[in-house]
Amino acid sequence: MNDTKPVVEVKGIRKTYVMGKTEVHALRGVDLTIEKGELIAIMGTSGSGKSTLMNIIGGLDYPTSGAYLLDGIEVNKLGKNALADIRNQKIGFVFQGFNLLARTSALENVELPLLYDRTHKIKNHRKAAIDSLTLVGLGDRVDHYPNELSGGQQQRVAIARALVTNPSLILADEPTGNLDSRTTVEVMQLFQELNAKGITIILVTHEDEVARYAKRIVVLRDGRIIKDALQQPDSASADLVKLIQRQEIEHDEPELAV
Amino acid sequence: MRSTRLVTVALKSIVKNKMRTLLTMLGIIIGVGAVIVMVAVGEGAQSQIADQIQNLGTNMLVITPGSSNAGGVSQGSGSFNRLKDTDADKIRSESAFIAGISPVIFTRTQIVGGNGNWRSTVHGVSTDYPVIRNWALTSGRFFDVAEERTGKKVMVLGATIAENLFPNSDPVGQKVLVRNIPVEIIGVLAKKGQTPEGNDQDDVALAPFLTVQRRLSNFTFIRQILANTYSSDDIAKAQEELKGIMRESHGLAAWEPDDFEIKNQDQLSEAAQGTTQVMTMLLAAIASISLLVGGIGIMNIMLVSVTERTREIGIRMAIGARGADVLTQFLIESIVMSIFGGAIGVGIGIGGAKLVASLTGWNTVVSPDIIVVALVFSAAVGIFFGFYPARKAASLNPIDALRFE
Repeated sequence: MNDTKPVVEVKGIRKTYVMGKTEVHALRGVDLTIEKGELIAIMGTSGSGKSTLMNIIGGLDYPTSGAYLLDGIEVNKLGKNALADIRNQKIGFVFQGFNLLARTSALENVELPLLYDRTHKIKNHRKAAIDSLTLVGLGDRVDHYPNELSGGQQQRVAIARALVTNPSLILADEPTGNLDSRTTVEVMQLFQELNAKGITIILVTHEDEVARYAKRIVVLRDGRIIKDALQQPDSASADLVKLIQRQEIEHDEPELAV
Repeated sequence: MRSTRLVTVALKSIVKNKMRTLLTMLGIIIGVGAVIVMVAVGEGAQSQIADQIQNLGTNMLVITPGSSNAGGVSQGSGSFNRLKDTDADKIRSESAFIAGISPVIFTRTQIVGGNGNWRSTVHGVSTDYPVIRNWALTSGRFFDVAEERTGKKVMVLGATIAENLFPNSDPVGQKVLVRNIPVEIIGVLAKKGQTPEGNDQDDVALAPFLTVQRRLSNFTFIRQILANTYSSDDIAKAQEELKGIMRESHGLAAWEPDDFEIKNQDQLSEAAQGTTQVMTMLLAAIASISLLVGGIGIMNIMLVSVTERTREIGIRMAIGARGADVLTQFLIESIVMSIFGGAIGVGIGIGGAKLVASLTGWNTVVSPDIIVVALVFSAAVGIFFGFYPARKAASLNPIDALRFE
């Protein structure tokens, strides 16, 4: 944590798609530096370029021009295989649709990234996966299959999967898009807890409901950053208490807050 | 380490999608099963013929009269007989490679005795005959050299005659009448079964050559000479040597063609096996087509499966799978499925071959060779037809794959 090197350093990134004869400028020069331990929300409407930015930060796509440094590594100069290794080692993805493998237990889903780990830094896959699932509060559901878990629990499995390789940053793309309001707050509470442990988290979202729990907000529009500001985040756990009090009588959900 | 993990992943994926796996394997199962059954039927027929040829004797050579040529028209083999028992005597005394030799003469006649009478063929042979023909006795003994030399009236019966004239009793020591001459039965031959042509080899009686030639018939020329070599390596040399001795014995000038034919067992069996070999090849070819169709089936389902699993591939790539990892996984899946399908097909093929054998009474032989070939071929099918879908999977763009609905 004493490392002063930024986790993410995006310098003048442009991304241009050629669709037929027209050129689409998804990103028109974006500069962004994210330090270790940040909880940042990248916001923007659809077409703002936030998905493109996320794909580049996540090592899924290359910028047309500009430089992207992740932990000081010039990612935009890496080959496809090296990029896959970067995704495996340094980035933990959390998707809107959870993207767990069906007919595969929570434990096996969480173990999956370790399978592709060429450094073999973690020897005991099972233990690492159980630790990770315990961290997200699912230590007692390791053998459950995705279809036996609620949406919130599935997203927790996905978060556990993102955490299992000890990545430099968690990249969450609309992590609560498929969740109801209470589960949304629960998941955000988990993100805040993880962030409090020093994990760098990037939330990509268009919902203010999600963004208000972040410490910093970056807003994109037409491929440019139009706002980049620190804020005092709301406490998800406090919100959750209020929410439970309000819904106590109507709801009888078995899934309780951690 | 990594590859074993990828194998585990592939195996899990196969086990978790039983229906998809079964459908994928079905083509290979049927294809391999068909190949095994078809080849088993063909090889069964071949081995039956080979057994029968082997049954004729060991390391055997057969000398038969040659064909004559009348004004350019061949009269066919046996039309010009100059074969004599003296030829056999000359070979016996001069040949270096021949272990045993027997002139063969035969006469078809009625044998009277025991239960009644039976029409059969009496062969006049030497004491070497049972060794050359690899023919055992179930009772009594074969005649000895002294009996042969003096032309004693003794006889060894084939199983068929023994059963018909002396049912449920041992004929050894009994007497029968052959052309009104009393002949003592001294032994009974073991059952040999039918020839490839369907002749009953056991419907025969063996007597000393002289006895048959002098007392039971009056032939000068003989039907054939049987000989055998000490080892199978000598057969070719012996054939060459016999040819020289025979030509000398018949006083043939250098320009005259052979008036005899010498054939070895391989030459006898080759002719008989030729047709079944063609049949086996044909059956295997037809069955191979079904194996090919099975392979295309694998490719088909693998391709559909790649589309169906686009999202899974996207997830795997997003969390760090390289293209090579995805390629390897899909390739292992298709190879494992085709080998496993091939193994099931082998099982079904073996069962099917037994079923065919029990339903039709045909001889079927499942050789280990064809099992290995079938398994190797199914693995090859897995690699060949699995590669294109696997490459398609590996070349997916993770962003598009993740967005795929």
